[in-house]
Amino acid sequence: MAKTIKEINEKIRKGEVVVVTAEEMIDIVEEKGAKKASQEVDVVTTGTFGPMCSSGMYINVGHAKPRIKIGGGKCYLNNVPTYAGWAAVDIYLGCTALPDDDPRNAVHPGAFKYGGGHVIQEFVAGKDILLEAEAYGTDCYPRKKLKVWINIKDVNEAVLFNPRNCYQNYNIAVNLSEKTIYTYMGILKPRLGNANYCSAGQLSPLLNDPYYETLGIGTKIFLGGGIGYVAWQGTQHNPTAKRKENGVPCGGAGTLAVIGDLKQMSPEWLRGTTMTGYGVTLTVGIGVPIPILDEEIARYTYRGERQ
Amino acid sequence: MAKKRLVLTFPPSLVNTPVTYHLVKDYDLVVNILRARVTPEEEGKLVIDLEGEKDKLEKGVKYLSELGVHIQPLARDVTWNEENCTHCTACITICPTEALSVDKDTRKVSFDKEKCIACELCIPACPYQAMVILI
Repeated sequence: MAKTIKEINEKIRKGEVVVVTAEEMIDIVEEKGAKKASQEVDVVTTGTFGPMCSSGMYINVGHAKPRIKIGGGKCYLNNVPTYAGWAAVDIYLGCTALPDDDPRNAVHPGAFKYGGGHVIQEFVAGKDILLEAEAYGTDCYPRKKLKVWINIKDVNEAVLFNPRNCYQNYNIAVNLSEKTIYTYMGILKPRLGNANYCSAGQLSPLLNDPYYETLGIGTKIFLGGGIGYVAWQGTQHNPTAKRKENGVPCGGAGTLAVIGDLKQMSPEWLRGTTMTGYGVTLTVGIGVPIPILDEEIARYTYRGERQ
Repeated sequence: MAKKRLVLTFPPSLVNTPVTYHLVKDYDLVVNILRARVTPEEEGKLVIDLEGEKDKLEKGVKYLSELGVHIQPLARDVTWNEENCTHCTACITICPTEALSVDKDTRKVSFDKEKCIACELCIPACPYQAMVILI
């Protein structure tokens, strides 16, 4: 008989819930079959940890005295430009942002040692970050310049908000040309010298629920070492991608937009990342629990294949 | 047979001295140059494998030292900062000597200093700045 999420939550409260990893589930289904596994297992945990460029944080830095309207002006964190097109003291820092004076790929391949992703990692780690802002000044917000050290524990809010994470599947990158290329999938050697992929495979969240039957807006997840939530479908979410018989898409397909309170996250799971010749990004840790509501979902977490 | 992997630093005065020639001819050593950066009038750097009979190897190293060459083992200059490593394996296919390798069962990366030739190819390949080579 099928279970409900309410019943699983009740088991969690009573401490009777059975939780296994996506890896363990494969053995369980292989041994006992999907039906028995769906009766015995309540939750399968999945996870991934990889570079995800559509990531960033917004913070409300609080009001200085006299006040400054950063909105419509300019704002930098550790010399990395932030988006300052919101209200007076709300700013967003995307993980791919680079200092204005970074040489980028002027001498190819660029080194990209420091950018938004690194600022986020340091901020989460509790390091002081230098905020520099310029504004035009108004009657109610007269200050035109601000230079101050900020710390995550002092800002009003710090929120990780990633418009596209957790790609369901992803292409493998190779290089058939005669020279080394520097890509967002790493350094690719010429003449098929290597093949790089980026998927957590059998542990990957959206591969374990290929038709998104158990997760959606509001699903509570592991995000950046703390608690987060699925906020929306991710940008470029494409549920209609071509699939194999077991539901696994042959290309990118589904994505998630995720959100969570940055103050309870950890630098261990939010890593500033450098892709030589390409840029800077953030490596994000995400874990999604799959409630095993019925036999079909148990079968999806198994997929009949060892990956 | 004994073997040593060394980083040799030459002062400008020695840049024109054929050091490897003497190591081969006078001390019967097998010399494999892994890396060389020799600029006349400036400092020279050489990363070499030296192989030979134990006493000859020691005498050869003594000869270098008496010449005024600064010698230190390569291992000291190469660091894998495991704390920064996420075991993403981006370095594995880039490393030419398999000094960086991945365990097939645990999928964890490890670094074998003995195999490293300090080519520095892993430096740009690592997204997390986990490799540090100071030569």
